[in-house]
Amino acid sequence: MTRITVTVDGASYTDEVEPRMLLVHYLREVVGKVGTVVGCDTSNCGACTVHLDGRSVKSCNVLAVQADGREVTTIEGLATNGELHPMQAAFHENHALQCGYCTPGMIMQAVDLLNENPNPTEDEIRQGMEGNLCRCTGYHNIVKAVAAAAGASERSDA
Amino acid sequence: MTAVDDRPTTEIGTARRRKEDRRLVTGRTRWTDNIQLPGMLHLAMVRSPFAHAKINGIETAEAKGAPNVIAVMTGHDIADIQGVNITAWPITPDQKSPDHLPMPLERVAHAGEIVAVVVARTAAAARDAAELVDVDYEELPAVLDLKAATTDEVLAHPDLGTNKSAFWQLDSKAGGTGGDIEEAIARAREGGIVIEREYRQQRLIPAFMEPRSTVVDPTGEQVVMWTATQAPHVLRFCIAATTGLPESKIRVIAPDVGGGFGGKLQSTPEEFITLAVARKLGKPCKYTETRSETMVSAHHGRDQWQKLTLTAEKDGTVTGLKVELLADLGAYAALVGGGVPVLGAWMFNAIYKFPAYQFNTTNYYTNKTWVDAYRGAGRPEATYAIERLMDELAAEVGVDPLEIREKNWIKHDEFPFTTVAGMTYDSGNYEAATARAKELFGYDELRAEQKRRRESGDPVQLGIGVSTFTEMCGLAPSRVLGSLNYGAGGWESASIRMLATGTVEVVTGASAHGQGHETAWSQIVADRLGVPFDSVEVLHGDTQIAPKGMDTYGSRSLVVGGEALVRAADKVIEKAKPIAAHLLEASVDDLEFSAGQFTVKGTDKGIGIGDVALATFAAHNYPEGVEPSIDADATFDPVNFSFPHGTHLCAMEVDTETGATRMRKYVCVDDIGNIINPLIVEGQVHGGLVQGIAQALWEGAEYDDQGTLVSGSFVDYTLPTTADTISFVTDHTTSPATSNSLGTKGVGEAGTIASTPAVVNAIVDAVRQFGVDDILMPCTPERVWKAIRSGGGTQDAATTPAQQAHFDEGTPNQDPAAGTTDGVVQ
Ligand code: FES
Ligand code: FES
Repeated sequence: MTRITVTVDGASYTDEVEPRMLLVHYLREVVGKVGTVVGCDTSNCGACTVHLDGRSVKSCNVLAVQADGREVTTIEGLATNGELHPMQAAFHENHALQCGYCTPGMIMQAVDLLNENPNPTEDEIRQGMEGNLCRCTGYHNIVKAVAAAAGASERSDA
Repeated sequence: MTAVDDRPTTEIGTARRRKEDRRLVTGRTRWTDNIQLPGMLHLAMVRSPFAHAKINGIETAEAKGAPNVIAVMTGHDIADIQGVNITAWPITPDQKSPDHLPMPLERVAHAGEIVAVVVARTAAAARDAAELVDVDYEELPAVLDLKAATTDEVLAHPDLGTNKSAFWQLDSKAGGTGGDIEEAIARAREGGIVIEREYRQQRLIPAFMEPRSTVVDPTGEQVVMWTATQAPHVLRFCIAATTGLPESKIRVIAPDVGGGFGGKLQSTPEEFITLAVARKLGKPCKYTETRSETMVSAHHGRDQWQKLTLTAEKDGTVTGLKVELLADLGAYAALVGGGVPVLGAWMFNAIYKFPAYQFNTTNYYTNKTWVDAYRGAGRPEATYAIERLMDELAAEVGVDPLEIREKNWIKHDEFPFTTVAGMTYDSGNYEAATARAKELFGYDELRAEQKRRRESGDPVQLGIGVSTFTEMCGLAPSRVLGSLNYGAGGWESASIRMLATGTVEVVTGASAHGQGHETAWSQIVADRLGVPFDSVEVLHGDTQIAPKGMDTYGSRSLVVGGEALVRAADKVIEKAKPIAAHLLEASVDDLEFSAGQFTVKGTDKGIGIGDVALATFAAHNYPEGVEPSIDADATFDPVNFSFPHGTHLCAMEVDTETGATRMRKYVCVDDIGNIINPLIVEGQVHGGLVQGIAQALWEGAEYDDQGTLVSGSFVDYTLPTTADTISFVTDHTTSPATSNSLGTKGVGEAGTIASTPAVVNAIVDAVRQFGVDDILMPCTPERVWKAIRSGGGTQDAATTPAQQAHFDEGTPNQDPAAGTTDGVVQ
């Protein structure tokens, strides 16, 4: 067992974990952040995507011990004071989710994408979201939502 | 637009943003795997690595001794209560169906079948210990190939004596709905056109994003099961029917469910085993599968060979269609199982006026994962076959594929139209959908570009694919199901509870898992009762809250469940009427109901339905002879299916040097009758399209010759990503259905059904000039490249050396492995 201290969605957690424990299992089973989900066992689906020190990672591809002393943001920490994050609002507005299982990962990845590239083309969105699988939407509205969120942040910057 | 629009604004037809989104975009979700109960134990399954083997013994001692392991059980330990995974649809009275125990005791019939279960305090401990269970298998010969199964040389289940499950036929002459197919074929051989093809529907994996998970709590008076299912009601029935638990003692809850596409309508071994273990131990138990387990153990879809004979006059007028299917059921007859190919029986003739028709399917068992409904179930297979054949006919006659379709389809003024398969299509307008699709597509311009590229010998050729599909959905009129030997009815149920404080609880027997029922149902009820959209709460997916239901599959929820809702709402109004009249001191006959208000004709007196609900709750003042309740239930049994249709046009670029394909444009104009929520409809269409396109281009469940699923993870089973797909152009024409009062048709499966042939038609259209008339799905670059090189497609005999001059001995740069050796593109 290894002792780790991780900040998750603004609160600090100290736990003893097995060194082999994946970050996603730490978040779900130990911290109780079940908004972040698991969709595969080969790091292909992106359903588990969270931010680690502000960059998106597939949390099934990171060990909990690697998050020691670092800051994790999950889908549950994205909205502030009950206000949806613009990306969450864009997904809702553009019907970019159906069952919603891929959605936490999609949104976390999309936020990271716009942080890196605030004005992506459709092609750049499609390349940037490639690591996140969705079986319901056919991606059309996801791409649209990300583009809309980019447009909205541009407007608010102006 | 008219200057004055005095229609009341309606919820129906409005692109309401979904009610369910808020919790889903914030992670405030209730997936089954999120559930934690006091003292809950975790299960890990031990699965057979062999396709077919005898279980000589299972050594569990070491696993039992591992840290935090509570129990290890085999089939023997739960034999008295494990139940059976039944099939609801033996398609003939003499169908052979092997017993399907959740955990077999003696023999496994496919890789991935469960032979033991480890129960531990954590999921990780259970998984670790599962590695320590030592199973002594004696390998048996396995039959893996569908065509090999037909020979009975190796038997999937030796006790059955054959691999054949059942044979089922629909014949237009015998049924009195059309002519004699053999006569039509004989005539065509004399002086008409005979097109004979064999198409392959590869095996697919539904691959819903949420892996299946089940939690069972056996404490308390009722056993509660939370499970990632599309069909909680059907599951409860299956449990009660086979495990000895009374139906009234089982509560099944489908909380948030992450997609299904048919893949979660099964009653699964995993659910039954979790239930049995929880009952044995008296403790809450959870089982959540890994993705790799989903791939090998949740049921697969499609897997057919289709032998097809289409006959026509020389001018392209169709005269007959004969369909002979071989269907692979996998190792067991699943819940709908053998019925899936049968669901295609009425759809191969599609929108065309065939005078003679015959459908045959023979279903076989193999030692592979079981096969059941996957988005479209039977109808994608039919649509693929007929839409591919119509392109072949167009090529034979030498006309545009749309022209040959128009020549043969049912005209808009011929509805209702009874087809050669005996179905009565109530409404449709194929001309209108096609005209609109052509316009949005820029059909003529793309044809012109195609010609230019052909003439200039551009290495990138353009192909245009057409699919003018129809389908039957809204499963299903119960009497029809009865006549087909199906084990249940096709009705749906709804209840409306008018709460005292003005909100309305709507209970539906449909069980959503991404379809947005909470939103669409609210819209329907808001309009019907004249209450605000936000005042309606939709409850579903729990057999205790929604005690009656037939669940969600087969594009049935809206057309069947929506109509039940309408009828329940009308009953509420009828029940409220005498109470309103009493409160208004008026005669019932003088009351009118509109926009949520009862008014007395010719006066300004009125009362809102919410006030009637409150007054009824208080029950201080209501008329003699009525009960103090305006709540109502309704069960709707449809009289007919619904028949969505549409025209899909797809442009594919094919790089003739590499075989790579790229989708240029995809336009679809669907007619799904009246639309409740255009946003939700569009989403269903997009998602459906990509699943159908994925069958055409990327997906296929592949087994090696040991019976191991080699495409058993997301590394090898290649789901499309954002980077593989494009944005679509969608639109609608509207021919309201006549079979329900909302005029709606199903939409859940339409995109999937239509898109697969549109894509393959486009690819074949691009390379037909090289002598190709078919490419096996998925049309990978390798297959396309080989088809171009061999110039034979899958249908012709061996290619001549002349066609392959550059592969001749001694010519430079040849790769001995390239090209096909037998004219068949593999
Ligand atoms: S669960 Fe992490 S990528 Fe699939
Ligand atoms: S919304 Fe269901 S997987 Fe994306």
